[in-house]
Amino acid sequence: MANSTVDLPHKGGFSFDLCRRNDMLANKGVQPPSFRKTGTTIVGLIFQDGVILGADTRATEGPIVCDKNCEKIHYMAPNIYCCGAGTAADTEAVTDMVSSQLQLHRYHTGRESRVVTALTLLKKHLFNYQGHVQAALVLGGVDITGPHLHTIYPHGSTDTLPYATMGSGSLAAMAIFESKYREGLTREEGINIVVEAICSGIFNDLGSGSNVDVCVITKGNKEYLRNHLSPNPRTYVNPKGFSFPKKTEILLTKITPLKEKVEVIEGGDAMEE
Amino acid sequence: MHSNPAKNHSLVGPEAASERTLYPYVTGTSVVAIKYKDGILMAADMGGSYGSTLRYKSVERLKLIGKHSLLGASGEMSDFQEILRNLDELILYDNMWDDGNSLGPKEVHSYLTRMMYNRRNKFDPLWNSLVLGGVKNGQKYLGMVSMIGVNFEDDHVATGFGNHLARPILRDEWHENLTFEEGVKLLEKCMRVLLYRDRSAVNKLQIAKITEVGVTISQPYSLKTFWGYSAFHNPTVGAEGSW
Repeated sequence: MANSTVDLPHKGGFSFDLCRRNDMLANKGVQPPSFRKTGTTIVGLIFQDGVILGADTRATEGPIVCDKNCEKIHYMAPNIYCCGAGTAADTEAVTDMVSSQLQLHRYHTGRESRVVTALTLLKKHLFNYQGHVQAALVLGGVDITGPHLHTIYPHGSTDTLPYATMGSGSLAAMAIFESKYREGLTREEGINIVVEAICSGIFNDLGSGSNVDVCVITKGNKEYLRNHLSPNPRTYVNPKGFSFPKKTEILLTKITPLKEKVEVIEGGDAMEE
Repeated sequence: MHSNPAKNHSLVGPEAASERTLYPYVTGTSVVAIKYKDGILMAADMGGSYGSTLRYKSVERLKLIGKHSLLGASGEMSDFQEILRNLDELILYDNMWDDGNSLGPKEVHSYLTRMMYNRRNKFDPLWNSLVLGGVKNGQKYLGMVSMIGVNFEDDHVATGFGNHLARPILRDEWHENLTFEEGVKLLEKCMRVLLYRDRSAVNKLQIAKITEVGVTISQPYSLKTFWGYSAFHNPTVGAEGSW
């Protein structure tokens, strides 16, 4: 025991200790579990009054669709929303984390959050993890300086663009944007182009599918249109519905309240010092 | 296939040279083709990339085969030239029969499929994705062969990046009985998106038209592009510090 070195506390960041073990296991033929990815089409575009974000709703686990109607447009602030592609856990965790950081910042400054703040917090976090946090995001919002749209890549680089697409269906969606986008779109035209681009991803990319979610953010107002378009309805539904054969018998009913009912007396004794 | 006397046939020993195509060197990018009212329209740019350099800018990737077919190729250009030599021989032998019949697009497509698949089975592929279109006896035909021998026939085809960028547009906007002008406009729309988003695309393209009457391959021309978005001029206004 005289030769043991002092165990330093972890400095933070990703710990690469298990990578050698993983390599050894891979050499022996052990396959790592596949992540739940949101093989995805996410888009954003800037129109004359603000930003429109769009996303499909399919989440895949390898070749299987594990969630037919997941939510890929995440809330960051009342005026900022973020679409996420890549590993589902990473996009959820990172957007939740930055959303709460933004809320604390709002309490601290007393002002509406700015899109660049969210951008910098996300980019710092992702760069810190050197691309291992596999979240590719389309961040959009309207703040006091105007409408903004950014893309953030897993390694931490960002782009500021008038129209952007990410995910496996990004090429199909970008083909629509490149041929149809122009400046000064109205709200209806913008929503139409976003819906067309997401549909292009849904029908031409295997990793995207199901429904279209749209989020329109303007100055002082936001509209989250969940399942704005459902172009893939279930064709054959049993008209009789489901009926469970045996009903469960109730033998005993006992209700335990979880919160204690406390009597509050008006004008009671003041607390002791 | 002619046997090469210089080829080392021994499979053992260090002198067993590798005589198969391992990687492509000079490559052409996507080809996009559609059926329209009177026949087939095919478009390809004229770039031959050497790795990441755009080395050759006047490579003709659309060629007439016989009287009725048009062949467009992407991938390794030397393999494309080899395919053209083989097809030349095929058409020559066909002409020598002098029986009034000539090989149509379906037959040429079948020949190409066999050729590509057999080479792939020998682990020595011709590194190309081929698009074959033509009109014979009023029948329009448009098909594709990939480098491993996958072949199919469709109303609109594309190779390489065109599959990801142009096919979605074509699936939305193609319909039967496109006029020539509409067809050209649709192809130009696809080629423009490819020009914006494919790094090996070059702004010099040819469009070829094949109908019952004959074939015309246009002179090279370039597309108009638009870069004037105000957001491109000043992207970080209001977002100081980002890029």
